[in-house]
Amino acid sequence: MSSAKSIGGRFVKRIADKLHTAPDATSDSWDAIQLARHQERPYPLDYIGRFCDEFEELHGDRLFRDDPAIVCGIGRYHGEPVAFIGEQKGRDTADRQYRNFGMPGPEGYRKAMRVMNLATKLDIPLVTLIDTPGAFPGAGAEERGQGGAIARSIAEMVRIQVPTVAVIIGEGSSGGALAIGVADRVLIMENGTYSVISPEGGSAILWRDAGKARLAAAAFRPTAATCYRFGVVDAVVPEPEGGAHKDHDEAARLLDQYLQRQLKELRAMPRADRLRQRRERFRRLGAHKEFAIGDPSAVVSGRVDLTAPSDPSAPQAAK
Amino acid sequence: MSQNPIQVTVDRLKRIAHIPERAPRKPADAGTCPKCQSHFSSEEMVANARVCTNCAHHFAITARERLDHLAGGHDEWREIWTELRASDPLQFVDLEPYPDRVRKAEQSTDLGEAVVVAELEIEGELCVAAIMDFKFMGGSMGSVVGEKIARGCERAIELGVPLVAITSSGGARMQEGVLALMQMAKTVVAFEEMADANLPIIVVLTHPTTGGVWASFAALGDFTYAEPGALIAFSGPRVIEQTTREKLPDDFGKAEQQLLNGQIDAVVDRRDLPARIGKVLRICHRPDLAAQPPLANIISQASGERMGRIADAVAETITQTLPKLPKKIADRVAKAIEPRGGDDR
Ligand SMILES: [Zn+2]
Repeated sequence: MSSAKSIGGRFVKRIADKLHTAPDATSDSWDAIQLARHQERPYPLDYIGRFCDEFEELHGDRLFRDDPAIVCGIGRYHGEPVAFIGEQKGRDTADRQYRNFGMPGPEGYRKAMRVMNLATKLDIPLVTLIDTPGAFPGAGAEERGQGGAIARSIAEMVRIQVPTVAVIIGEGSSGGALAIGVADRVLIMENGTYSVISPEGGSAILWRDAGKARLAAAAFRPTAATCYRFGVVDAVVPEPEGGAHKDHDEAARLLDQYLQRQLKELRAMPRADRLRQRRERFRRLGAHKEFAIGDPSAVVSGRVDLTAPSDPSAPQAAK
Repeated sequence: MSQNPIQVTVDRLKRIAHIPERAPRKPADAGTCPKCQSHFSSEEMVANARVCTNCAHHFAITARERLDHLAGGHDEWREIWTELRASDPLQFVDLEPYPDRVRKAEQSTDLGEAVVVAELEIEGELCVAAIMDFKFMGGSMGSVVGEKIARGCERAIELGVPLVAITSSGGARMQEGVLALMQMAKTVVAFEEMADANLPIIVVLTHPTTGGVWASFAALGDFTYAEPGALIAFSGPRVIEQTTREKLPDDFGKAEQQLLNGQIDAVVDRRDLPARIGKVLRICHRPDLAAQPPLANIISQASGERMGRIADAVAETITQTLPKLPKKIADRVAKAIEPRGGDDR
């Protein structure tokens, strides 16, 4: 009890420091990415094994094959059945190849959708554990509809009626992570990262040089603090001193506390409210400017155009 | 919810009621077909919807030119939410700062963002169209694109009409980091609202539609068409070749191939698009779903003067009903419709 409290206190200070210091230094983002990818870091099966006395894993999308990059099934979690979906990387070379480095194909997302539907049928909560460098870029995956599978998985997560919690436990990159990330509550582990693309991919495109990953990491700032500040995640889950890879049991215990609380809150909410709030949560996310120009809806019609107000002071002056 | 979204709303409630100065649009340019070397003047280009009459090569087309084409060569479309602009949540700098890139794109395209949302009639059927323009930063989807598509859906629901989305995008706008990723979720949520309202969505995929756009709303159309030769993929051929060292065929991910893969309903020549979309809109026509009366429409079309008259009429109607209301509510309403002083909350 007291130890949990002191961990909480230290953690709050740590996060507060991260939030209130000026934009994270280059090393911060890069360190977070290295920690998020640490190969001793707990993966979904490590967490699920500690959360559940018993867990039944399910395999196959019933259309093409089984995708080992996604693990899912139903476990007994604190005396109740709960559905789990996780993105699983491998630890040694053979395992990593078997898991395809945690990069799911369309089969993986279709398998995940199977379990989402099962959770709806059984009316049990769903917990997703996100840890992927992105969805797999391969010719076969494209032919079998990688884009559509991700899109439909997102849509299913929006639609699903039961309480849902998504946790970014490692690296969450691109649509491959978001596909199972649209939940009532989104948590991120302290050293987790969540971004639009991996720093390597981003540097190859924006800097035209895959070697500029460090620069890209600093620019994307994919850290837990940034996600929290943007409202992309609802809470940051503390990790054991030095990172989750130092102590799997303690990392699972800390995440367990947060999960239990979120599930309890979500279960207490009327279903309609919960579903509406889930939609509103994602409907609101974003950052834009809205200028006041012209008549009530700033209408432009037909073959005419409007000069863009690139100077924000201009419309204000027209008061 | 942990925090409020970052949203900069400048003076939304105090908009001035006058039609803004409108600059004439840049004239359409001439072009030479890269496949058969036929040359077309700008008039020919507009008349053919930028399709080569010799070999049917589809040139890139700007969003507003496409609107003209869909509206049947008339200029009867109304663009909405032109006032939304990108902000720079990450203070992002790659080879140049993000705001500079946006400004350059604004100047070179005459657009405010990579998507244009408009109300128009296609073959006489009213709809809301969201049309992406690849020339604006590769058609990338940032917060503004997500927001405009979501508002487009909400507008379609308000009017009770279908949505036509024409995509052309390299994917999520990386300069906005994780918030760009969230636009995928935002657009899907908006499409779900369309589903709840029983309204159909027509998606036309044009060259290229890749990444986060193809992996979100673009793949969720009820009717999904593609222009000939359009690249449709989650990962582009170059990324796949680099990652897997596979050599890909030239037609990889092209519309014709995606038709064989079962990912789209048909490949449609751009010149046939208005007729094809019009046909679907006619089949799906549901006057019972259309908003009656479209009050929002009336208000948004009104000039400042007419706006004032409408407001007076509404206020008068409310004043007449006041005596019939319970006192507590009546007081609140009366207070609300009182002419306001200088301070506007
Ligand atoms: Zn030609």
